[in-house]
Amino acid sequence: MSLTETTWDEARELAERYPQSRSALLPMLHLVQSVEGSVTSDGIALCADVLDLTTAEVAAVATFYTMYKRHNTGKHHVGVCTNTLCGLLGGDAIWKAVSEDLGAGHDETTADGLFSLERIECQAACTHAPVVTIDWEFFDDSTVEGVRAALKKLKKGEDVQSTRGPVVRGINATERQLAGFDDGEVHASAIDDKMLAGLNAAKALGQTLPKSEV
Amino acid sequence: MTNTPVELVNVTIDGVEMQVPKGTLVIRAAEQIGVQIPRFCDHPLLEPVAACRACLVEIEGQPKPQPSCAVTVTEGMKVRTQHSSVVADEAQKGVMEFLLINHPLDCPVCDKGGECPLQNQAMSNGRSESRFDGPKREFEKPINVSAQILLDRERCVSCARCTRFADQVAGDPMIALLERGAHQQVGISDDDPFDSYYSGNTIQICPVGALTSAKYRFRSRPFDLVSVPTTCEHCASGCSLRTDVRRGVVQRRLAWDDAQVNEEWNCDKGRFAFPYAQEGRLTTPLVRGEDGVLHAASWPEAIAAAAAGLNKARGGRAAVLAGGRHTAEDAYALSKFARGVLGTDDIDFRARPHSAEEATFLAARVAGLGLGVTYADLEAAAHVVLVAFEPEDESPIVQLRLRKAVRRGRTHVTAVASHVTEGLYKLNASMIEAKPGAEVAALAAADINDSTVVLVGERAATVPGLLSELVRITDQAGAKLAWIPRRAGERAAIDAGLLPGLLPGGRLVTDEGARHYVASVWGVDAGLIPATAGRDFSGIVGAAAADAYEALLVTGFDVDDTAHPDATLAALQRAPFVVALEQRPTAVTALANVVLPVATVTEKSGTFINWEGRARQFAQVLRENNTLTDARVLAMIADAMDSLIGRQDVAQVREEIARLANHNGPRAAAPAVEATVVDGLTLGTWNQLLDHGTMQAGEPFLAATAREPLARVSAETATAHGLSTGDTAVISTTKGSISLTVQVIDGVDNTVWIPTNSEGSHVRVALGAAHGTPVTLSKGGAH
Amino acid sequence: MVLTPILTAHWDEADSYTLAGYKRHHGYVAFAKALKTDPDAIIQTVKDTGLRGRGGAGFPTGMKWGFVPQNDGKPHYLVVNADESEPGACKDIPLMLANPHSLIEGVAIASYAIRANHAFIYIRGEVPHVIRRVRHAVDEAYRAGLLGENIQGSGFDLDVVVHAGAGAYICGEETALLDSLEGRRGQPRLKPPFPAVAGLYASPTVINNVETIANIPYIMRNGVDWFRQWGTEKSPGFKLFAVSGHVQRPGIYEAALGTTFRELLEHAGGIRKGRKLKFWVPGGSSVPMLTEEHLDLPMTYEDMAAAGTMLGTGTPMVFDETTSVLKAVSRWLQFYKHESCGKCTPCREGTYWISDLLKRLEKGEGKMEDLGTIEDLCRQISGRSFCALGDAAATPFPAAMKFFRDEFEAGISTPADQAFNPLSSTVFVKAKG
Ligand SMILES: Cc1cc2nc3c(=O)[nH]c(=O)nc-3n(C[C@H](O)[C@H](O)[C@H](O)COP(=O)(O)O)c2cc1C
Ligand code: SF4
Ligand code: FES
Repeated sequence: MSLTETTWDEARELAERYPQSRSALLPMLHLVQSVEGSVTSDGIALCADVLDLTTAEVAAVATFYTMYKRHNTGKHHVGVCTNTLCGLLGGDAIWKAVSEDLGAGHDETTADGLFSLERIECQAACTHAPVVTIDWEFFDDSTVEGVRAALKKLKKGEDVQSTRGPVVRGINATERQLAGFDDGEVHASAIDDKMLAGLNAAKALGQTLPKSEV
Repeated sequence: MTNTPVELVNVTIDGVEMQVPKGTLVIRAAEQIGVQIPRFCDHPLLEPVAACRACLVEIEGQPKPQPSCAVTVTEGMKVRTQHSSVVADEAQKGVMEFLLINHPLDCPVCDKGGECPLQNQAMSNGRSESRFDGPKREFEKPINVSAQILLDRERCVSCARCTRFADQVAGDPMIALLERGAHQQVGISDDDPFDSYYSGNTIQICPVGALTSAKYRFRSRPFDLVSVPTTCEHCASGCSLRTDVRRGVVQRRLAWDDAQVNEEWNCDKGRFAFPYAQEGRLTTPLVRGEDGVLHAASWPEAIAAAAAGLNKARGGRAAVLAGGRHTAEDAYALSKFARGVLGTDDIDFRARPHSAEEATFLAARVAGLGLGVTYADLEAAAHVVLVAFEPEDESPIVQLRLRKAVRRGRTHVTAVASHVTEGLYKLNASMIEAKPGAEVAALAAADINDSTVVLVGERAATVPGLLSELVRITDQAGAKLAWIPRRAGERAAIDAGLLPGLLPGGRLVTDEGARHYVASVWGVDAGLIPATAGRDFSGIVGAAAADAYEALLVTGFDVDDTAHPDATLAALQRAPFVVALEQRPTAVTALANVVLPVATVTEKSGTFINWEGRARQFAQVLRENNTLTDARVLAMIADAMDSLIGRQDVAQVREEIARLANHNGPRAAAPAVEATVVDGLTLGTWNQLLDHGTMQAGEPFLAATAREPLARVSAETATAHGLSTGDTAVISTTKGSISLTVQVIDGVDNTVWIPTNSEGSHVRVALGAAHGTPVTLSKGGAH
Repeated sequence: MVLTPILTAHWDEADSYTLAGYKRHHGYVAFAKALKTDPDAIIQTVKDTGLRGRGGAGFPTGMKWGFVPQNDGKPHYLVVNADESEPGACKDIPLMLANPHSLIEGVAIASYAIRANHAFIYIRGEVPHVIRRVRHAVDEAYRAGLLGENIQGSGFDLDVVVHAGAGAYICGEETALLDSLEGRRGQPRLKPPFPAVAGLYASPTVINNVETIANIPYIMRNGVDWFRQWGTEKSPGFKLFAVSGHVQRPGIYEAALGTTFRELLEHAGGIRKGRKLKFWVPGGSSVPMLTEEHLDLPMTYEDMAAAGTMLGTGTPMVFDETTSVLKAVSRWLQFYKHESCGKCTPCREGTYWISDLLKRLEKGEGKMEDLGTIEDLCRQISGRSFCALGDAAATPFPAAMKFFRDEFEAGISTPADQAFNPLSSTVFVKAKG
């Protein structure tokens, strides 16, 4: 894919959303990445042009944030949290298995161009450790087998449902969502027992508050 | 200047009580009592970032050590630096240890070795040995961030001085910190090089050897260099420089700290364009023989030949053509030689487009007036109006000072110009759009009042009525007006009287008293000095073609810079006898009868008068060199002509100039020329800072950072001529044409702008045109 | 102490994230009330509740709002810090998934109080579904006339922009967040000026955590005394505690501040079967760890401080004896190294060096002097770095050394994976005995 007039128009639209247009740079980089799969030189030039910045200023930002990739990526982004808690609770084992299965290491893409693999940091889902993300959707309480199965399905082109979020549709679709162009997947389920652990415990113990108060 | 009293606060540093102005940074207050706190990111002309943490000190009442580069003093503050605080000392040593773990410690092969703040402060404020024994971060080395600037990333300490300079001072954020954490590094984006006019400053302020120049890399060691302060010869900004020499060869030039003028900066032309003075020089006098060929000659031979030729032209049959690049001393000697020896008033330094209106303006409002509008005035002005003047290209330090003022938020810049240039953009300038040649009418909108400073550039000369109108408006409004020439020698040339009708100090040849006084100082017969104004540059060229002269004395210019290069060359060819005083072989020396090699700025001492009217004296850099100055050569010729004008050494000349400094007699009246209306499409043009100027010869790395020459046209004009960005535009006059790639810009219609003297765009040679000249525009074939 | 499902009260309702679901339980009643109240009075109410910021530092929220200069002629901004990226912190993300309207209503009230007509919610980029839900809530609120121009005829205008980050923990630091939101590298800013005076676009700005702001509607509706019935004098109210790690029932537990950790742990079903507690970290990896002896500490700002640690984000991570503390600390330092923004020397170089030494120890290839060196290096970072990330990086090691020095010493000869079978700490392993 390459950057068409549509992308330019969308980039200008993003710039309009902020009191000062430069604020749109992060969304804009998500946007160009959603089209090209990475932040290319053309993408940088587009952002620089729309926001009246030098390409160095844009590159400075694009290289600061880990979600922006400067090289080719796969159709799906697979992230395995290997921060302390997830790592110890199973993330390390998942990483090892997935990395061996796919024959790709950190920040690498499989030969078939289907998956990019990344060791990721804490996803604010520690209660659901070990956490894996596919296209940045949560795959909570992951197991080696579970992740294997999901990747197999994706390879076959089948739908894979995330645990707190929608069916994954490829990293570019997610990036577009992040850029600020809504995909309408808001209603996909997001609540699970762990999020309700306290509420359920309170109910069981009769510790809920009178309705009038909350 | 306002006289609000500075509020002082009491602080104690290492037990020493002192008073400093409120708002002073702790690190500067400490300097005042001789306490040197280590620092890397700190730079007095950049906004504090407190990033490197080398400068931590203990401040009473604060739980943590504080960065002295970012904390300002408050009343009663008690500071303990590394000298009196274990906390501060340990904090500093800790930071120093951290800074060195990923540093390659390759001092023996590093350009900075010997003058390196990291090396020095590691010795003074670091631990004796590092405990780090792990793998160091590695980068591919070195990378070019521009043709001129190289970056060794592994040496970088992330102080961000270079990137902050580029962003804050130059307004050219084309280098930036990339990546993050331990991978953070300075860099450019892919193929967009750091082609800033000011890029060299980053090398100088880099506190390690991360940034180096292609020009100087591996050329020398600091301790092998002899440093001499000097003044830049390239433009009228008047930068103080330091020239570093090893065994008689200039190795590099740096900006010298001069708070009143260039602060600590200079431009890349001033920094890197010095090879012209070293390679391809004229080394011996040349005399044209009977065979019509130039032969090397001895000095006495050559002087005798020059004297013989000039002797025939005494009493008004000679003219003097000079470029605008002489020192005050040399210009003065030329003025004296012309009037007092040759007895001619046909003299002009304006080897560029000029006008009679301009000469009158210069005589009335510039000559001999000394310090006028200053850099400090620019910084303090509420409103600065730029007319026919592009500071970034034409006086780069003026650009920096204006940018500084604008960033402070108290100064607003308005430009009467045809389009928003990169330079004007960086000044956030408001535009009053004016077609080249039509600036006069636009002035009415400029809101000039008594808190305005108006800066006008050299190309005002080609816009009839512009200087007249500026004088009228600024006089009426009580505004300040400054004329900013491009060349380093123009102000001095005017003071010396290198204009027809003008004697030193703003005196007029028509003023009998002035003639007598000048003659008495010169020790010549007052009758020798012509009593009526002679011809200007183009007048001389015209008269020479009509055989008016027996001889021409020419010095210090490039024919191609003159208003009509063909005519100039033809006149020189026509003249029976030409004496040329030059530094390098040129088209002029090629056809001169006698060629006398003269000293460049490094080989002599002298004075440049910058645009402010500030005298910038400098000493001889290459001391063992005995190349003669123009003044000395002229004195020798005069001697041979039996006309004693004295030794003409610097001291003597300065003393004479001083005697002629204060003139209270009649001066020229300001010009009153009517504006003319120019119809149709006109040419806008000026010299870009980096171009084909002869004094930039021999520096390919610098040349490679020049801006691409483009033909700039507005969208409407482009459409009207069937052009769009990337097409080839053909700009023509009856004389010829220039083809350049089109760049569609925001600007006034019916205008095409091209650089005056860049690759493929030699306006005067190819078009015989100047700023404001009607030209035709059409679409060319594929470029 | 008791569980207090307030923010979490209706998370089990299928439409809890929609406007309809939220309105069913008094949603936006507080905002309507606020619009009829003097903004200063709202600030005073928040001051009176003693609400403390839930982003980690516990700064009094009302006081922060009070710093915003009034009638300064500049636009004011509210910025919600939804960057939740601290290892162990996982409370704001569920809140925004399940109950985004409490945040939006809080944003509306807070903006009204500080006279902001523009608010931003900066959400870390790696959570698209959270972004969908918050954006959806904002859209719903606009459509219902709860945001936009002249809201409910009050004359108050408010625009809310949901902004996605792009992967950088440092952007949780409030001034780095502002630079990031301005489209720059997320590196912290020099203070002063403080954001309350010169924040976003150099204008007065309040930055608050998601949970802090989500508290506001409930406070506005129920009042100071209601809020203060929970917690302590210095830590009033309730809090979302997210208990993770080697516990039977990890999850979100909303409870009164002052609840002891033992009580929380009991709610979470205790340590997983057959194991015992080794250490726990009360509020994100940036706060010092505690052990069994601290189980009865009340979860308050002051009690945690007295024990030499911090409540932080109030999201305890629990580790049992299968855990290699050396590996845990080493991994945290890899994280800090990865996330160091690079601006200041101590953090940038210190995390590079320490993480290298810890890796060596983890492999059993350390040197005797390494432990002393790391302790020294932590001292060289702590209090000397530019921002609190550096301090945070210097925290885990000394805290762990206090209790588990021997494990680090073992790193001179024994690889961590040999001392602790990595499989046994996973959730996959079958319960012991
Ligand atoms: C490195 C670092 C990361 C932080 N991350 C977050 C974060 O993700 N969310 C948050 O609310 N506060 C975070 N903070 C704290 C914020 O700087 C700030 O104190 C907080 O957002 C203020 O909101 P509050 O007063 O409502 O707690 C972080 C601080 C630091 C130093
Ligand atoms: S402590 Fe320094 S390097 Fe680390 S995140 Fe803060 S400013 Fe950046
Ligand atoms: S000189 Fe003060 S922090 Fe760098």
